[in-house]
Amino acid sequence: MSADPTASAPLRRTPLYDLHVAAGAKMVPFAGYDMPVQYPLGVLKEHLWTREKAGLFDVSHMGICWLHGPDHATTAGALEALVPADILNLKPGQQRYSQLLAADGGILDDLMITRPEGNQSDGTLLLVVNAGCKDADYAHIAKHLPAGVRLDVDDAHALIALQGPRAVAVLSKLIPDIESMSFMSGRFATLDGQPVHLTRSGYTGEDGYEIAVPNAHVAKVWNLLTATPDVEAIGLGARDSLRLEAGLCLYGHDIDKTTSPIEARLQWSIQKRRRDEGGFPGADRIKAELANGPKRRRVGVKPEGRAPAREGTEIQDMSGKPIGTITSGGFGPSVNGPVAMGYVESAHAELGTKIQLMVRGKPLPATIANMPFTPHRYVR
Amino acid sequence: MAIEKFSKDHEWIRVEGDIATIGITVHAQDQLGDVVFVEVPEVGRKVSAEEAVAVVESVKAASDVYSPVTGEVIEANGDLAATPGLVNEDAEGKAWFFKVRLAKPAELDALMDRAAYDDFAKNG
Repeated sequence: MSADPTASAPLRRTPLYDLHVAAGAKMVPFAGYDMPVQYPLGVLKEHLWTREKAGLFDVSHMGICWLHGPDHATTAGALEALVPADILNLKPGQQRYSQLLAADGGILDDLMITRPEGNQSDGTLLLVVNAGCKDADYAHIAKHLPAGVRLDVDDAHALIALQGPRAVAVLSKLIPDIESMSFMSGRFATLDGQPVHLTRSGYTGEDGYEIAVPNAHVAKVWNLLTATPDVEAIGLGARDSLRLEAGLCLYGHDIDKTTSPIEARLQWSIQKRRRDEGGFPGADRIKAELANGPKRRRVGVKPEGRAPAREGTEIQDMSGKPIGTITSGGFGPSVNGPVAMGYVESAHAELGTKIQLMVRGKPLPATIANMPFTPHRYVR
Repeated sequence: MAIEKFSKDHEWIRVEGDIATIGITVHAQDQLGDVVFVEVPEVGRKVSAEEAVAVVESVKAASDVYSPVTGEVIEANGDLAATPGLVNEDAEGKAWFFKVRLAKPAELDALMDRAAYDDFAKNG
């Protein structure tokens, strides 16, 4: 939630802007967009509501784009030159999390990649990237695509996320048969007569869906969903505390060009074939870090007491030697206490290691903790 | 009759005799959102006007609370550590932060009255 560096440029609006304002949302600049940070319910209650019922998020500021090639192997091969995930073996309808990597293995952005279902989709991949990176991502991807594979930026769809234990019950009243979708899968469907694409995924640690809806119809879909007693609109504030409790990285904070996927503990997202074969930017560094361990690692941090430790807080060992920095930190409403993540030198990364955080000039005792802070409740 | 004044940093101060009670305004807590952590100064601490002496943190961010006046802290509100949400419920009442024995009562003259503060908060 850092201040927007492009704040001088006119802020863009999502197709749901008027509804947010009418609902009494507090709007803030985020990644060049005027976005709801909270609704009248407030961050704390929005967070808890999402964990208990279902929260509806406008994430239309994120970038949707499609890769089109002659067949899956060609398109997948083109993308595999930019990301370390196994895209070739994605089944139709399957989704994967990955990272666009720089030549030195640093992370340019993280993204969701879906191979759409259906024969007519062969050779097509659906990408969802971060709002703050999307223009740079599109230029980077387009520049590296081989002849015959094309990038289409999708400005015709808004993206909304319905997250929480009641999401499946609420959404299945509008789209039949979605209970059977597995986590990290996608499909085309019809919602209120409109063609949509949905995936069972999200950024809260809860079960839920992300739905790409035609711009002209998203307001109606938003109203349909928020009219449901189990659904509340949720702003970026709670989105941040939800993902922090879930141990999920926020680009530009927990991962960036200076961090590798191994340092960031994202090795689970690099499948074995890619580790063995390489063929992605920074493969040498990533192989070396997998074999020998990285110099530093992303860790969960649980401060003792009640004081939150914010981004930028220095992490010290118990002798007072600086060993790292907090990259995300705040109050976890479901944990009912402070939670944080950051990077420490690998020698100090073991679970249970006692550390201290320099908050307002005073050392605050803390422990290297397991993530997520709240158990994931994905439906596998 | 207590004197009530307000600072540009959105603290309120209520003075009876030479004792000032200080907290943050309803407007300030509204801007902060849900308060999740409060740190109040230790009793006995000598504070100067406009010195950061307490901390209030919402889900979103940490903010300093300044003493609008110079003096010695004679009492701090221990309830806020356990129930920081009190700041959202009753910012200008039960959620007072600390009390100061005034050393320079003339400093009060530089602070705003409620009408001036309301105007400042609306336009500030």
